[in-house]
Amino acid sequence: MDLLEILKNPIIAGILASIACGIVGAYVVVKRIVFISGGISHASFGGIGLGYFLGIDPILGALVFSLVSAVTMGMVSRRTRLSEDTAIGILWAIGMAIGILFVYLTPGYAPDLMSYLFGDILFVSSQEMILMLILDIIIGLVVFLLYKELLAISFDEEFSTVAGLPTERLYLILLCLVALTVVVLIRVVGIILVIALLTIPAAMARQFTHSFKKMMLLSVLWGIVFTQCGLWLSYLLDWPSGATIILVAGILFLASFFALQRRRHV
Amino acid sequence: MTEEIIKLEDVWVYYDGVLALEAVSLSIKQQDFLGIIGPNGGGKTTLLKVILGLLKPNRGKVTLLGNPPEKTRKFIGYVPQHSLFERDFPISVWEVVLTGRSGQRGMFRQYVREDKELAHEVLKEVGMIDFKDRQIGKLSGGEQQRIFIARALVTEPKILLLDEPTASVDTSMQAEFYDILERLKQRMAIVLVSHDIGAVSTCVNKIACLNRRLFYHGSKEISPEELEAVYQCPVDLIAHGIPHRVLREHHIEIKNKNAKGKS
Repeated sequence: MDLLEILKNPIIAGILASIACGIVGAYVVVKRIVFISGGISHASFGGIGLGYFLGIDPILGALVFSLVSAVTMGMVSRRTRLSEDTAIGILWAIGMAIGILFVYLTPGYAPDLMSYLFGDILFVSSQEMILMLILDIIIGLVVFLLYKELLAISFDEEFSTVAGLPTERLYLILLCLVALTVVVLIRVVGIILVIALLTIPAAMARQFTHSFKKMMLLSVLWGIVFTQCGLWLSYLLDWPSGATIILVAGILFLASFFALQRRRHV
Repeated sequence: MTEEIIKLEDVWVYYDGVLALEAVSLSIKQQDFLGIIGPNGGGKTTLLKVILGLLKPNRGKVTLLGNPPEKTRKFIGYVPQHSLFERDFPISVWEVVLTGRSGQRGMFRQYVREDKELAHEVLKEVGMIDFKDRQIGKLSGGEQQRIFIARALVTEPKILLLDEPTASVDTSMQAEFYDILERLKQRMAIVLVSHDIGAVSTCVNKIACLNRRLFYHGSKEISPEELEAVYQCPVDLIAHGIPHRVLREHHIEIKNKNAKGKS
């Protein structure tokens, strides 16, 4: 009972995180926007630093910064002559540099800095969980309303443009969903490791289905498996929770990948 | 009634500083079945992008049904050369075809019965209705091609635009492919772009040659000199004046000759 009391918040937070990363991760994987998602998550560190500097909740700073960097990266890579991966690389580093500078300029000690970088699900607060829930609801609602549009642009953006969809705006909306997911995941695995939860559950799910809807659902479920196993292990062994979750996910993914690969070849 | 569907007036395009299209003028009307041929790198894809409004010309004017293409391009049924999708993209044939309705249906709305009936109809039209629950990546190149035609048709287009449609289709399936086009040309204008002269001349009724500049021919007749001016090398002319049925039977031979002609 005692144990459950201690782990209640982290368990719920793990589930909330899995919902966001499962839904949005499915798009990240099939639309191949892994790199830009990594850029958005790292650039959000600028917001963490700004939060410390202004004395507001760093998570709110990260929310604003990740949304701004999502839109900026999307626009720069679409509208300018800069190639997409170059634009992402530049903005990725600028965002982090801003964060480091703000942390440096903030007088005194920056508490919890490591937990934003690497996650610390065991000490997630109720307030943070409410924010995660709200973001989950927003993400779910947007995907529900724009399901056919987002699937269309993920499959073939050029055709969708010709068919009359506002593809650039939809792409920016998708990147904003990634930005919101980053914020949901920061407390769980930290901005450095966010990309793992955006890709591994979805990649895992993709091995078992040819339906995009099922892939989303499965990837939420795999996310739950990964976070709960990782959480439990990290509690037992007293290991850092973020890294443990990722390693559980990574090992299970690689094992299933090679097992399926072998079965296909035999 | 011959409504003008696509009109290009003196269009110039520089692509990365290189002149890709030079003084191109073109008019496509309702009943036209135009084949545009030209060597690789001759500006075919650029021309299509200009027509689709994906690329703004540096000079000149493009109108689609009397409007700028961004406004009216949803009346084009576009069949891209090879859709750049991943082979294991988790999507069924049915869902791919329905994406053709996404622009018509409007944002935030789900597909309605009308969309599904249309999707059913066009899948029958291209003979792929039995494949509707299959994953798109599991189909052969020719089958995928037919799905992409269905996806273009489901938009209820006034004109069908095909980019190198035979590139990924094996020879045995090309005849069926032309049968589909034969039927469709009764209902809409068709523009077919290819580097394969044999492919173009099978069923078109007008031909234009494109190599940065566009040489437009009112009919299927092109003189060898004109063709050589475009390809800038000797070309065997093979398809003119031959009735379609004979041509289909000799298809392999034609392909061979064609390859020889371009080498």
